[in-house]
Amino acid sequence: MFRYIIRRLLISIPLLIVASFLCFGLTNAMGDPLGEWKLQKPRTPAEISLAYERTGYNKPFLERYVNWAGDFVTGDWGESVVPGNAGKPVKEDLLKSFVVTLRLIIGAEIIALALGMAVGVIGAVRQYSIFDYTATGIAFAMFSMPLFCVALVLKAGGIQLNNWLESIGGDRWIITAGPPGDGFKGSFGHQLFQYSGAYILPTICLIVIQFALYSRFQRASMLETLNSDYVRTAQAKGVSQGRAIFKHAFRNALIPIITVSSLNIGASFGGAVITETVFGWSGMGKFLVEAITKLEPYQVLGFMMVTAVFIIVFNLIADIMYAFLDPRIRLD
Amino acid sequence: MSGYDVTVAQRSGPDGRTGEKLLRVENLSVDFPTDDGTVHAVRDVSFTLGPGEVLGVVGESGSGKSVSSMAIMGLLPKTAVIGGSIKFKERELVGLTYKQMQPVRGNGVAMIFQDPMTSLNPVYTVGWQLAEAYKAHHDVSKKAAWAKAVESLELVGIPQPDRRAAQYPHEFSGGMRQRVMIAMAVINDPDVIIADEPTTALDVTVQAQILDTLLRIRDETSAGIVIITHDLGVVAGMVDRVQVMYGGTVVEQGTVDEVFEAQRMPYTVGLIGSIPNPQMLGKRLTPIKGAPPSLMNLPPGCSFSPRCPIAVDECRTVEPLLLETDRHGHFARCHRSAHLATIPNPQRLFAHDEIGVVENPAALTTANPGIPVAEDLAAVERRLHQEESPTS
Amino acid sequence: MTEIGSPVAQPPAPPSAEVSQFDSSATRKQWQVILRRFLRHRAAVIGFGIFVVLVLFAFLGGALWKYDFTQLSLGRYKPPSGDHPFGTDRLGGDMVAQTIRGTQFSLQIALIVALMATVIGVVLGALAGYLRGWVDTVISRFTDLVLVLPPFIIAAVLVRNSFVVSVAGGGGSNWLIVAIYLGLISWMPIARVIRGMVLSLREKEFVEAAHALGASTPRIVFRHILPNAVDVIIVNATLTVAQAVLLEAALSFIGLGVQSPDTSLGLMISQNKNELTLHPWLFFIPFTFIVLISLSVNFIGDGLRDAFDPRQKRVKA
Repeated sequence: MFRYIIRRLLISIPLLIVASFLCFGLTNAMGDPLGEWKLQKPRTPAEISLAYERTGYNKPFLERYVNWAGDFVTGDWGESVVPGNAGKPVKEDLLKSFVVTLRLIIGAEIIALALGMAVGVIGAVRQYSIFDYTATGIAFAMFSMPLFCVALVLKAGGIQLNNWLESIGGDRWIITAGPPGDGFKGSFGHQLFQYSGAYILPTICLIVIQFALYSRFQRASMLETLNSDYVRTAQAKGVSQGRAIFKHAFRNALIPIITVSSLNIGASFGGAVITETVFGWSGMGKFLVEAITKLEPYQVLGFMMVTAVFIIVFNLIADIMYAFLDPRIRLD
Repeated sequence: MSGYDVTVAQRSGPDGRTGEKLLRVENLSVDFPTDDGTVHAVRDVSFTLGPGEVLGVVGESGSGKSVSSMAIMGLLPKTAVIGGSIKFKERELVGLTYKQMQPVRGNGVAMIFQDPMTSLNPVYTVGWQLAEAYKAHHDVSKKAAWAKAVESLELVGIPQPDRRAAQYPHEFSGGMRQRVMIAMAVINDPDVIIADEPTTALDVTVQAQILDTLLRIRDETSAGIVIITHDLGVVAGMVDRVQVMYGGTVVEQGTVDEVFEAQRMPYTVGLIGSIPNPQMLGKRLTPIKGAPPSLMNLPPGCSFSPRCPIAVDECRTVEPLLLETDRHGHFARCHRSAHLATIPNPQRLFAHDEIGVVENPAALTTANPGIPVAEDLAAVERRLHQEESPTS
Repeated sequence: MTEIGSPVAQPPAPPSAEVSQFDSSATRKQWQVILRRFLRHRAAVIGFGIFVVLVLFAFLGGALWKYDFTQLSLGRYKPPSGDHPFGTDRLGGDMVAQTIRGTQFSLQIALIVALMATVIGVVLGALAGYLRGWVDTVISRFTDLVLVLPPFIIAAVLVRNSFVVSVAGGGGSNWLIVAIYLGLISWMPIARVIRGMVLSLREKEFVEAAHALGASTPRIVFRHILPNAVDVIIVNATLTVAQAVLLEAALSFIGLGVQSPDTSLGLMISQNKNELTLHPWLFFIPFTFIVLISLSVNFIGDGLRDAFDPRQKRVKA
């Protein structure tokens, strides 16, 4: 097992190298980060060459990549280069954004997974009941809506709610510009008020999309196991319906959903671009969009390295969980 | 209610209990309403089973064998419409809820399923699953249930049962898994064991061992056994009575000897004609032409009439009843059974030239012993190798 | 039966004409059964009806409707009325005409994405699953690589790189680029599913039989293995259409999707995102059309899945 983990992690190192090289090439292909700056007003050749010198962009592509890679391994993830925005350390900025994303997604993922599994199991056990049809309908509707529209409508609704609260003499509750930068203050009740106001809409937004996925997936895998021969065997032994459903069908239906959710959670560390943009959270998604818009090569690279590591690690976790849940799978 | 309840070959159980019936199935019918119409999976099936008796139910796939047994276990999907009566020790089982059936399942009537590869839960050890079966009906400690599980593995002839109990199903071979299924069925010492195609998924050599195990358990526990199979060979060796099913209903019924020696229903004739038999060397097997009927729209009259070589107009309009034939205790659902009794060699009814490119190879070798039967193995391999290499 | 290995020592050839005849009639029957089952899935039939209406609306509506999308200055921000059932937008364009055009672009993009994703996914998945070994390793690692790359970076390159933009028509027509880009990042799930299916199908007896008859590798893959995965392929392709409509909208929202003068439903929504409270019809009309496309396609996919695999409804007899 331990050897398997080590080997898998070692295999992913070449993947990271290729991916980072490709990513570097792609950021390069987006355009010259100094291009816009050069056009803002007439610059003297001396100014320009100094700027290129400072950013390292006077060196050839390959050399820049090797320099970056060497620095990255020693813990220096580079700085932002675009003039006016230059000199910000990538690692620190990225870390800040990562913490924001983490706070946002953890709760939403857990709620979506728990809710999705519960609804999926009930839907499968009571197939073609009113509950099943309703859950299916809701999941389909959620699947079919562009997430940013949902977010925008929620945000507009939140503002309306605030106006209404104010009109009856209350405080504005919903915060649509991200959590307060200096943290929550005041009494515990007030903090809770602020906290819920900041988290409720983005969390709903994230749950909407994940819930639909998890509930459909759980329902499908649960239906498959409920109709399996071994559940029939268990029933024929004379065990209770509950035991046949949970000890036998559910235990086996867990295997695919755990795998899918670990992959999904791994990918979600890349941030929820749309939710973060709409609700003004400066998380990973927003970090990436800004880095791409400004053509910041090292920020894009830093982002990719962090998210890639998470995707790889959670892929591995998915495999380990699989082997843990299914004795037929051996990791070696 | 049923005018043709059979009490043939009344075998007294090893402990001398006679007459008392464990299982009494009367006029059982099962319908499945589906999107495409109603499937009449089982129609008008009746039989009884006493202690120590072995009943064979024979028929091709789709003839309603498995559905009847699932109806007895109360494990048909909720959509199934069940008619008639199933009595276990005089207790009516039709209409019971899942919960009410629970004490009967596994304890009174146990079932051995067809496919040992998929019938065991892959994520639990074999011992765990056996212990679960025992604990479902006995209020004992986990340790005691485990000991019972090991004991039952030993009973079905699994070597090193204490070590094997801790293993998962995928670590068992097909034959071993079927033994586990049998152990699971007998662990609660049930009165009736229903074995649904217990040997179909297994090698021939293993088949015999499994059947022996079943019979040994019958002798030890005096349980009544229903063996469902499409393999007449299985039936011939071990059962007392045979029921032949076709199109969802019983078409012929009697002792093994009766059914094998003096068929009174053309379908059984065809069925027996399709078993390889040493006396037939040099002759071709005679399959029955056509396909089994759709259970959704059965032909009018006798459901076998479209394939029957001796069908008359009556067969195509009036559905026959299961009636006693000219022989005592031998029942058939056929208008033509009296006529069939007069045909000296009924097998030839099904003789026809339809399939097969090569005439019976056995006949070829008997006629001309000099004919080369097989190519030199090395030569074949060489040729295959040459053919493969340019393409791959 | 055209590619039987060597001419020597063949076993007596099976009556091939008869076999294939039997085959095709069986196939035809199977498709009839699937069609019948699909027609019984009410939501799928309604979805199919809506989808057909949407396609007609998008591709014929422009010719039939009294206003053209280029006609502006019909009066700004008019709410829906008899003359303008969907109202007018901030430039005074008729929203029906704009929606027709937006739907047309969105559908074009979605269909191209589904086609590309399916072709790439099936080919790579089948190659990896059938050939295994190093081919599988390379393809699987490549799949991982595409999954690991930040999803928007390729979009950014395609939208911003001056060379790509000029190649794609100079005038800035970029909807095709967006479609191709989305196709390039949508094939991975299909590839994984197909790889898994092929891995198990290649062990089946009928593949062994085809192999023993000397069928070539492409023939085994395309004539024997993939037809058995056709249900999975069709269902996934359908669902990809729905996904692509939503992905395109999301991409347009963050400014990396379709750019003016092209348009799409996603671009229309994001252009009108600030009109949500003041002129809600500008936001909700394209939104409704996106939901209609995606919902109808999802229902079609669900109906197809049930029609292909009625296992959960079927009862063993």
